[in-house]
Amino acid sequence: MAQTVLHRADTRGLTDLGWLKSYHTFSFSGYYNPERMHFGALRVLNDDIVAGGKGFGEHPHDNMEIISIPLKGDLKHQDSMNNVAVISDGDIQAMSAGTGIFHTEFNKNATEEVKFLQIWVYPNQLNVEPRYAQLSLNINDRHNRLQQVVSPDKDDDGIWIYQQAWFHLGNFDRGLSVDYSLKGKNTGVYAFILNGEVEIDGQILNTRDGFGIWDTKKLSLKAITEAEFLLMEIPMTF
Amino acid sequence: MKSEPIQILVICRHQEILQTILRLIRNKPEWEGTGTQPGEEAFSQIQSKKFDLVLLGAGIHPNEDQQLRQSLAEHQPEAPIVQHYGGGSGLLYAEIYQALNNR
Repeated sequence: MAQTVLHRADTRGLTDLGWLKSYHTFSFSGYYNPERMHFGALRVLNDDIVAGGKGFGEHPHDNMEIISIPLKGDLKHQDSMNNVAVISDGDIQAMSAGTGIFHTEFNKNATEEVKFLQIWVYPNQLNVEPRYAQLSLNINDRHNRLQQVVSPDKDDDGIWIYQQAWFHLGNFDRGLSVDYSLKGKNTGVYAFILNGEVEIDGQILNTRDGFGIWDTKKLSLKAITEAEFLLMEIPMTF
Repeated sequence: MKSEPIQILVICRHQEILQTILRLIRNKPEWEGTGTQPGEEAFSQIQSKKFDLVLLGAGIHPNEDQQLRQSLAEHQPEAPIVQHYGGGSGLLYAEIYQALNNR
């Protein structure tokens, strides 16, 4: 029988530094909740809003797959591998931190805020050579269907990471449904609702709610209203 | 009465990340951090002082990892070992809290 966990939007942790509002689904920064450490290999799901011209100064990462999905505005990335890039709504960025990487992330615009998701997934290989990649997606490809944006396979759709994980984005009209069949072994799906109201296997979810489901082969999703959502299929053991 | 600070040993090959992690640990007045790269100095630290927690960072080769864990089991049997993932402040603190609470 399927097992589930529900994280309502208003139960998330919050870091508010004035220039940064970061909502944490799982323990992060000053937010520590032993019941909210991870969902399988999914360790961090931060929903960040950064004020104009502000950002994260240089800081390190190691042994983590870090995926950024911009939702609004432009995010400028610079790292110790000499990558300089700007990602915007419709793009996706992945970093394999591996043996260690330093980077900065800043709002490129001086006056408009940038909104983005930052997602950390435990890797399936330690100490890999650090790697940076970004991809521009066609957002029309997620209208009323699931658009794969992350996979473990270099030759598959979306960006690849060092983990048996598949992410899909969807932007569905009211009343549309879809079934999702899990691809991996011993994986679960963590759904994060970006906007709107969605029903997954009988559970009603609203904007910024999170819902994990595992011990199942398939799930059914229905958009109660027009809705945008992210489905993350993640190994439950790693 | 002021209690003794929690002693944390950080073993990490990447010198800059090691210094960052130590700085973050030292931001907490109740924690005290000692840093070393893997190798002889790490074994020396393990044998010379009692630690409450050990963080293993990136870049430690599998055979080094095994030897460090053997030495820790012998000399620091009560210290939980956290395989440090991710860097950055948030993850580090959460993993340390969890390991300390589970002791």
